[in-house]
This record gives sequence, C-alpha cells and structure tokens, in this order.
Amino acid sequence: MKRKIDVAGEAHSEGLSFHPLQQFEVHPLFGDGPIHWYTITNATVWLLLAAICVIGVFVLGSAGRKLVPSRMQSVGELGYDFVRNMVVDVTGEDGAKYFPMVMTLFLTIVFSNILGLLPGSFSPTSHIAVTAVMGIGVFLFVTLLGLYKHGMHFLGLFWMKDAPLILRPVIAIIELISYFVRPVSHSIRLAGNIMAGHAVMKVFAAFAPMILISGIGVLVTPVSILAITAIYALEVLVAFIQAYVFTILTCVYLKDALHPGH
Amino acid sequence: MATTTTTEAATEVAHEGAKAGMPQLDPTHFANQIFWLAVTLVLIFFVLKLVALPRIGGTLATRRGTIINDLAAAEELKQKVAAAENAYNDALVSARAEAGKIVTAAKADIQLDLNAAIAKADAEISAKAEESAGRIGEIRAGAQDAISEVAKDTAGELVAALGGQSDAASITAAVNARLKG
Repeated sequence: MKRKIDVAGEAHSEGLSFHPLQQFEVHPLFGDGPIHWYTITNATVWLLLAAICVIGVFVLGSAGRKLVPSRMQSVGELGYDFVRNMVVDVTGEDGAKYFPMVMTLFLTIVFSNILGLLPGSFSPTSHIAVTAVMGIGVFLFVTLLGLYKHGMHFLGLFWMKDAPLILRPVIAIIELISYFVRPVSHSIRLAGNIMAGHAVMKVFAAFAPMILISGIGVLVTPVSILAITAIYALEVLVAFIQAYVFTILTCVYLKDALHPGH
Repeated sequence: MATTTTTEAATEVAHEGAKAGMPQLDPTHFANQIFWLAVTLVLIFFVLKLVALPRIGGTLATRRGTIINDLAAAEELKQKVAAAENAYNDALVSARAEAGKIVTAAKADIQLDLNAAIAKADAEISAKAEESAGRIGEIRAGAQDAISEVAKDTAGELVAALGGQSDAASITAAVNARLKG
C-alpha cells in the first residue's frame, strides 16, 4: 500500500499533471490584470470566433445565391431548413417569426461546441454563466410572450382541464414547479454535458504520457489514447445533439407560450 | 496494479479539484462572460435576421419557384407532345381512309376501262371471226369448184385411159351427181 502511494506521488512529481478543469479557466488575453466586464478574455475570443464562423458560413457562403448551391451555400441552406422545420413543426406556422431567435441560439451553441473541440481551445458553452443566460433568457422570453399573448389564459398551462377536479390543484403545483425548473435543467444540461466530456478527455490525456514514467505505461498509454479517440468521437456527437436538444426545448417552450391550451 | 494507481491518482485529482474549485463557479468573471455572450448573441442575431436568413430564404424560394416553373413547363411540353402525337395519328388515320377511297375509285375506273377494252376486243374479235368465216366460205367455195374441175379432168383422163369414149357432158353430169351425193 505504501509503495502504491509512492508510485502515485512519484508519477505526479515527475510530470503527470492532472488539471482537467484548467481548460475551463477564464483569463485575460492581454496582460494579467483583473477581469472586468469588458476585458477581452479567452472566452471572448472563442465566442467571437463562433460568430465569425456563423458569418462565414451563413453570410459569405450564401452570397452567391446560386440556384445550384456551392458546398458552403448548401451547408447554410441545410442549417436554415433544419432549424426552420424544427420551429414550424413544433410551434406551428405562427412560430415562424421567432425563427431568427431560435436560429441564433442554435448556431451560437453548435459553433461554440465544435470550436471547443479543437485542441487547446475554450468552450464557452461549458460555462454555466453562459448557458444560464441563454436558458433564463429563453424562460423569461417565453413566459412574458405567453402572458402578453394570452394574459391570464396563459396560466391555463398549469390548470389541467381534463384531469379530475380534486387532482387539479396538485397537478397545478407539480406543473408550476416543473415550469420553474425548466431554465435550470435547460442550461445545466448543456454546460454539464460539454464540461464532463472535456474533463474526461483531459483526464485520459493526463494518463497518456505514463509510458515515460513507469513500466505500467505500456498498458496505460495505449488505453488512454484509445479512450481519448473514442471520447472525442462521442463529443463530436454530443456537440450537435446538445445544440439540437437546447433548440428543440426552446421550440417546445415557445409552443407552450403560443398555444397554452395544448 | 494499473487500476489501483489510476484510482489513487484520480482520488488525488478529485481532491485537488475540490480544493481549487470549478472555474465555472468563480463569480469574478460572470459579468465578463455574460457581457461578451450578449455581444455575440446580438451580433449573430442581427447578422442572421438582416442578412443571412432573408438571403437564404430568398434563394430557397427562388429555387422552389424555378423548380415548380420547370415542372409546369415540362408538363406543358408533355401535353404538347401528346397533342402532336394525336394529331399525327389522326392525320395517319385520315390519310389511310383517303388512300382507301382513292384505291376504290381507281379500281372502279380501271374496271370501267377494262370492261370497255374487253367489249372493244370482243367486238374486234367477232368482226375478225366473221371476216375469217367469210373468207373461209370463199375458200371453201373455191375449193369445191376446183375439186369438181379436178374430178372432171381426172374422170375424163381415167375414161380415156381405160379406152372409153370421153363424153364431156356425161362425165360432168356423173361427177356433179357424185359430188352432190
């Protein structure tokens, strides 16, 4: 037992560095001062890079307006159709005017997620501060929209008319709680997924140089590298799926606001 | 051995992580992140709403319109082809009928000509036959005379040769009687 601890301690001191959360640190890009609200940080850079990618694909890519689209234009059109169909399918035709908003959320998340997969990059979507702003933003928007459109009828969302009368207050309380939990689950789901995947990858990456330190590395290093590959593939999938999930939930909440009567 | 080392190391990692805390929960940079997220969202929103989405939507609508127009044009052309085919078939049928009529008329004409020609030929043949019959009669009459002449001469000579008295009148009477006979 004593020897084992020694091995671990030795490994750590000789260069295996475990900092799976270091990649999530926010630091100023220039200088070393405190982070003010306007300071340009690594988070700023990767958010703005996502915006530049959006502009590249959707503005420059579509500039040709070709009848037979170029590749980039095709990607933009696929994204447009994908999100627009999602909005219209879930919320109905009257939800189509919220399509730019939903598209903004989808593209911001999907490009942040994918850029975050580049080695050495930073994932803005792994931060609860970022996803909470989007989650709470969506929550406030759909709640106010529902109240504005339907007034007190919007509260019918919580009052199940097809449930037995005795159960209705109970159901209303459950519905109310689940309604207010929405922004929490909405934002933590995204940040948690992205953060967990990146952290796991980093842990395996820390084990990869084991072969330089100890004989056990013959076994540990290939396993780690295979694991990084597998998790990276999974993370590519997660990057899309979480953006999709966030977007479709936004559409579902929007539908509740537009048609509270189910 | 490998797994135990891993667990030990992981425990230490977790310990360190708990000590350092998750960077996500450090509130000192919340304002910064929220501000820049807002900038990004607003930027992307207006770029999409004012430029990208109308343009892509327009392109898609134009494409849809072009496809619908092309399909309509193709449908129209198809109908034209069908109409042309029908016209062709009609023309073919009427031409066939016309040709049948012409053939019938020609046949009737030919029959008439043929009948006339046959009648003419018949008339000529019967004329020729009559003429021939006349001539045959003449020849036959000529032959009759010649035969009686020859017979008289021969009979006269035979009588003379047999040593009889050739009496021209009685020989002529005898030959005529024989010839009739």
